[in-house]
Amino acid sequence: MEIFWFVVLMIMLGIYVILDGYDFGAGIVHLFFAKTEEEKKAVTNSIGPFWDANEVWLIASGGVLFFAFPTLYASAFSGFYLPLMLVLWLLIFRAISLELRGQVHNRMWELMWDKLFGLASLLLALFFGAALGNVVRGVNLGMVENGVSTQEAHYFFLALWNPTFDPLAEHQGIIDWFTLLLGLVAVVTLTIHGANWIILKTSSTLNMRLKTVIFKLNFVLLFLVILSAYVWHDVKPISLHNFETYYWLWIFPIIATVGLFGQFRIKKFTKDLSGFIYSSLFIFGSFGSTIASMFPILLPSTNAVNPSLTIQNVAAHEYGLSVGIGWFSVAAVLVIVYFIIQFKVFKGKLDDVGYGDH
Amino acid sequence: MEDMILYNRLQFAFTITFHYLFPQLTMGLSLMIVYFKWKFLRTKIDDYNHAAKFWMKIFALNFTMGVVTGIPMEFQFGTNWAKFSELTGGIIGQTLAMEGMFSFFLESSFLGMFLFGEKLLGHKLHFLSGLMVFIGSWASGFLIIATHSWMQYPVGYEIVENGKFVLNNFTALFNNPWLWPSYLHNQAGSLITSSFFVAAVGAFYLLSNKHSRFGKIFVKTGVIFGVISSIVVAFPTGDMAAKNVVKYQPVTFAAMEGIFKTEKGGSEIVLIGQPDMQNKKLDNKIAVPNVLSFLTYQRWDAEIKGLNEFDESIHPTNIPGLYYGYHIMAGLGTIFIAIMLTATFLLWKNRLFQTKWLLWILMFMIPFPYIANTAGWYTAELGRQPWLVYNLMRMVDGVSPTVSSGNALFTLLGFVGLYILLGLLFLMLVLKTIRKGPESQIALNN
Repeated sequence: MEIFWFVVLMIMLGIYVILDGYDFGAGIVHLFFAKTEEEKKAVTNSIGPFWDANEVWLIASGGVLFFAFPTLYASAFSGFYLPLMLVLWLLIFRAISLELRGQVHNRMWELMWDKLFGLASLLLALFFGAALGNVVRGVNLGMVENGVSTQEAHYFFLALWNPTFDPLAEHQGIIDWFTLLLGLVAVVTLTIHGANWIILKTSSTLNMRLKTVIFKLNFVLLFLVILSAYVWHDVKPISLHNFETYYWLWIFPIIATVGLFGQFRIKKFTKDLSGFIYSSLFIFGSFGSTIASMFPILLPSTNAVNPSLTIQNVAAHEYGLSVGIGWFSVAAVLVIVYFIIQFKVFKGKLDDVGYGDH
Repeated sequence: MEDMILYNRLQFAFTITFHYLFPQLTMGLSLMIVYFKWKFLRTKIDDYNHAAKFWMKIFALNFTMGVVTGIPMEFQFGTNWAKFSELTGGIIGQTLAMEGMFSFFLESSFLGMFLFGEKLLGHKLHFLSGLMVFIGSWASGFLIIATHSWMQYPVGYEIVENGKFVLNNFTALFNNPWLWPSYLHNQAGSLITSSFFVAAVGAFYLLSNKHSRFGKIFVKTGVIFGVISSIVVAFPTGDMAAKNVVKYQPVTFAAMEGIFKTEKGGSEIVLIGQPDMQNKKLDNKIAVPNVLSFLTYQRWDAEIKGLNEFDESIHPTNIPGLYYGYHIMAGLGTIFIAIMLTATFLLWKNRLFQTKWLLWILMFMIPFPYIANTAGWYTAELGRQPWLVYNLMRMVDGVSPTVSSGNALFTLLGFVGLYILLGLLFLMLVLKTIRKGPESQIALNN
């Protein structure tokens, strides 16, 4: 039963990362590469009708996490208190800048919201990557000092950083060189992903330039991926364990590799969809590899006193989980139907939707 | 510890109060927009379509604000009330997860189509997408009130090891006797906000002699929706909700009504008065004898228990706040009925659009439904104190154990600053949209 909900939650989070990922990426493209008013408009048009529905995947994942794994929800949300609040504020800024920009036609007004939109997108990508890094690295569960828990075994609290920025320090921070590295990987990945989405959904003058950008960034990404895979082993030596036991899990790294190397052919693609598929594969594969390396652990403990949080010891009780399958199945079918309808209505290029022209 | 609880409570209260300013308009307004669009489909009069589009713009602004201020609400269960989430997540997580899965996906998928898809979809499908948004937003309200009702009157649970609440009856969550009266009462309250809002904008147009055609449509529609919802919010829904409080939370009822001591031979209904907590009495009281007994039990001499009959440890923690919340809500509710009945009478006599004084009143009523709805929620929430889960889990046992008061204050201040900014921007844009009026739509189309 826990495994069912674990898989559901990971699929939902994966969908969230792929969908809102292109939103963040489009924001970063907007900040650095969209020059003219038409190009900026193309970028916002491409995500306009979708961003709100994409963000629902985050809220819905949060809901499922709360319902299926309440102890993890309580532990992680209070322990990562400050970064979560910052993420909330950034999400708010990002959403309102997208909605408010077109409301007033004034140069300064538009410039202000453009920059805020881009910066919030960039920081969100960085934070979500760093968040994944924190989950991989683990936390001091029970806030152990000198071998004694000062809190209940599953509670903790993390400062934003410690002065050494060392992931293996006794008192960890949210930001250290390891989580920052994963944050950078996320920024580059999502920039490529967002650029692919813009190419797919618009016929902007930006698109040709974006292909060059993607091609160059992909080298940076390759370098960062190799670097992080290399240091990953120092931070979390047991990460290969699951792959040694269950060979089929290699499917995830393989998918990620296909996505990463496929992207190098960006300039040769004849269909606008191809690039987006490859960047989605890379995200899906690397997200899946991370989860696979940790399973069944959801949040590792970095001390020897308290056990890691696993899908078994944080799950809700049996009855609630099984009754949830009923309503969830109905809801999942409905969600798929909405998505098919939505994509049919807004199929093709969206240059003329007129998003934000209220 | 004291500080920490205070900041956590202030933060939740502040963020939820601000958040609920938006859904209370959008839930009611979505129904009224669907009505405008339906009216257009039936009569083929373009004005109704333009009316629908005009209100969609206001709706979209409110909806965005509702979404962005709503996400922090879900997060805060975990960030600030971790212990509560850990112990009750198996139950309230159900209804909250259902809200995400059933209503947010529905709303957000169809809102995009409703806002940008008129040309792509045609009028009938456009109407349907509006209907879907309406259903989504009302389903969201339902699931939130289901969660709220469980906290007020817990059902379908058992308590296992470590004080964990475990669900043992899923359907009980939706047959909860607290749920339906509260839900209908709340939705009627939401319709009051939107009706008064629509009527007020209409009155503004008529009084300023701009967009008068639309002014008439808005005033008329606002008054018709307003008179129905103002009556429904008091009777039967408000009455039923109050009877639930009498039955399941008698100490809350005593505090709401300001009854410090049980009165033999029937209780008076207090209209005005200030609670004096030192001397346990009301100052400057204006009251009508025996009416409360009659309203509650339909007998003039029925006995209603006063606060003196309950142990102080289970008294609501903020009795004056609770008392004022309730009296402000009920007092404003009475005024709403009076205004809307008068307006309906004049509408029926075909004199409403010329009756300037009433149009002025309608225009200036805009803030009061917001105040009444907020006061009503304060009544419900302060009435539940000192409990998080009524009679079972105290508020002090629900906070996050590792979040220090300094961090809680930091984020509280952050939210205050951010929301003030949001509120100002929002007001500016809504006022701009109202000033431009529905006619700008027509110009855009031609």
